[in-house]
Amino acid sequence: MPPGVFQNMTFARKKIVWAYIFLAIPIVFFAYIRVYPALFAFQMSLHDYNPLAAEQPYVGLENYERLFEQLGKRKSQTKSAFQNTINYVLLGVPIQLCLALAIALMLNEIRVMSTLYRIMFFLPFVTSTIAIAWVFRMLYQPRFGLFNVILQLVSLPQQPFLRSTQQALPSVLALVIWQGMGFAIIIFLAGLKQIPRTYYEAAEVDGASRWHTFRYITFPLLNPSIVYLLVLQSISFLRMFAPVIAMTEQGRGGPLDSTVTVVLQTYREAFQSFNMGYASSLTVVLFALILGVTIIQLSVTSRRIN
Amino acid sequence: MQRSRLLAILAVLIVLFSLGAIVGAQDDMVEIEYWQYNFGARVDAMNMLIEQFEAENPGIKVVHNSDIPYADFRTELAASAPAGVGPDVVTLFYGWIPAFVDAGYLVPLPEDPFSEEFIMETFSPMVANSKFEGSYWAIPTAVRSLALFWNKDIFADAGLDPEAPPATLDELVEMAIATTQYDGDMGDILNITRQGHAPALSAQDHHWFREVLIRQYGGAPYSDDGRTVTYNSEEGCAAFSWLAAFETEHVTGSNDILDGATNAFVNGDSAIHVDGSFRLGTIARNNPDLNYGVTELPVGPNGERHTFGSYWTHGITRRANDDPARLEAAVKFLQFITTPEAGTLWVNNVGELPAQAAAAADEMILADADLGPFSAGLAYSHATFFVDESAQRQVLIDAFDNIRLGGMDPCDALDEAAAAEQELIDNFWADREM
Repeated sequence: MPPGVFQNMTFARKKIVWAYIFLAIPIVFFAYIRVYPALFAFQMSLHDYNPLAAEQPYVGLENYERLFEQLGKRKSQTKSAFQNTINYVLLGVPIQLCLALAIALMLNEIRVMSTLYRIMFFLPFVTSTIAIAWVFRMLYQPRFGLFNVILQLVSLPQQPFLRSTQQALPSVLALVIWQGMGFAIIIFLAGLKQIPRTYYEAAEVDGASRWHTFRYITFPLLNPSIVYLLVLQSISFLRMFAPVIAMTEQGRGGPLDSTVTVVLQTYREAFQSFNMGYASSLTVVLFALILGVTIIQLSVTSRRIN
Repeated sequence: MQRSRLLAILAVLIVLFSLGAIVGAQDDMVEIEYWQYNFGARVDAMNMLIEQFEAENPGIKVVHNSDIPYADFRTELAASAPAGVGPDVVTLFYGWIPAFVDAGYLVPLPEDPFSEEFIMETFSPMVANSKFEGSYWAIPTAVRSLALFWNKDIFADAGLDPEAPPATLDELVEMAIATTQYDGDMGDILNITRQGHAPALSAQDHHWFREVLIRQYGGAPYSDDGRTVTYNSEEGCAAFSWLAAFETEHVTGSNDILDGATNAFVNGDSAIHVDGSFRLGTIARNNPDLNYGVTELPVGPNGERHTFGSYWTHGITRRANDDPARLEAAVKFLQFITTPEAGTLWVNNVGELPAQAAAAADEMILADADLGPFSAGLAYSHATFFVDESAQRQVLIDAFDNIRLGGMDPCDALDEAAAAEQELIDNFWADREM
């Protein structure tokens, strides 16, 4: 700005300018740490990018061709990664939100020790995922793991859990649902508090049943919370990584790729096989997937409620 | 007042000059960086070697970076290279070398002092064989081979002679069955409380299968030039079926229970285990009271002895090559840490055998009850030529999981694995020859 402009400003204006100057620092940081690498991933996906090499030749869309070729195969790691990720979302999000809503409704009713209960449900969310994943890995152990000990106590056959191609994915999913539920419960509780009591009183006067009250008052008025959680939790399930790497043997997403996710596959391609170009093409496709899912969810679920 | 100011200026000047002298001295010092992954005994041994080296070469300083855990080592190298930092001399698993050469990360060892004749004559055959594209790219201090560990207490408890480990593959099966204990139904892996033998493809057993069992069944894992997978043969299938049967038929153990096959043996929950000499150190640290013995791998149906040989090996990076002074220092350092003396220091501290054949065949080592079997194995060891060790290992892990978890026929599983591994090998060479 030309000299003198700053001096001629009113005190209030100066304050605003200074606020912007200070805010610029985190924005520059954010742009450099988050935005620039994200854009760089697009560029990398067009190269045969090996981090160890001196040169990274441009290969056009070759990485994407390989990706879709892998998806078209009867069986491939890339295909398993996408299939599992979709399974995590389709199973995880509805189960998590239904459970969270049910628990939130109950927590909203109780008065005695309500804070204690809320803390209990919220605690997993603020605990380290890796720590929880390792504890669950032990709980799932054959013979000595708590779950199998309980099964033995009630004379039921032992279950292989993480060592079975059928049970491994639900076993991982159970942990993720449980851990993320606290967050959903808090959001639902906040949403429930927003609903004016007068609506319920009116419904009571009209003699509405509990189900009708829920169906026509609570559920529609919770819509903003539901949309918010649907979008957020879908994204978090689509990006799943830490629990799988911690719970599977040598972090491989096994057995037989039955728990591997797109992000884990990206990590393996990038840092174990040094195919960073291909790994970047995976992240770009995942980005497109997340964007698509979010747009669809927002347009379908955020209708105005009268 | 005047004088004190003068004194102050003088003092400042003296400090500046002495600082300048230090900086000047550092200009003559060549600093090189050496990286290896974190493995307690190796870090200590290398620190001793560096101390000796620096005493002999006052103009060179070696910065030792050994803080990176094994699981992150490749990741850290990959992250350091684009940042323009990283090692001048790096220790890599021999099976990773082609990938690092392919990326242009390593430079060939200089003819002087690492001529082909010198390497062929003085180093173990498995080192001499690992020439790649006409050059040697790395040279080790020490080498390892596989041998069989057995738990003498479990043998005695099961009514077997504690001093008579299995000498043949058939005996191995019999003894594994005899030493397994169950709590409940004997047909269920999950009921095992003490393992006879647990096959663990993710540990050493994929090597045991590739380089030992197939050969003992009369087959070969790869074509002579290493570019064609040949293990999906009748012999390969027989060998793989034999290995899988421990879990699917004899039910003597699994890598999924008792904290994994290796830990199970170290903790005294498993009778028979195939592993490398580096496990001696693990046992000494974690369970020094374990009453165990080591013997050469059992002979197979054709009566032949084979073992798998492998090594961590040191290479010179592109980064060192960019600066003549650093390159010279790196070569000197590499020469120093691969002498027979370095190998002897290594075997005493790490338990890996000297890479120089004469030092490895030392009478003291051959007579050692624990190291002897490994040292004997060096004469008949094979080191697989891997293009992507982790991916090739994964192929066999998946084949094994397909059998034990998916109920697939071993021959079909091996066919699938061979096709997948062939694709990996073909892709690697296709890129190289473009």
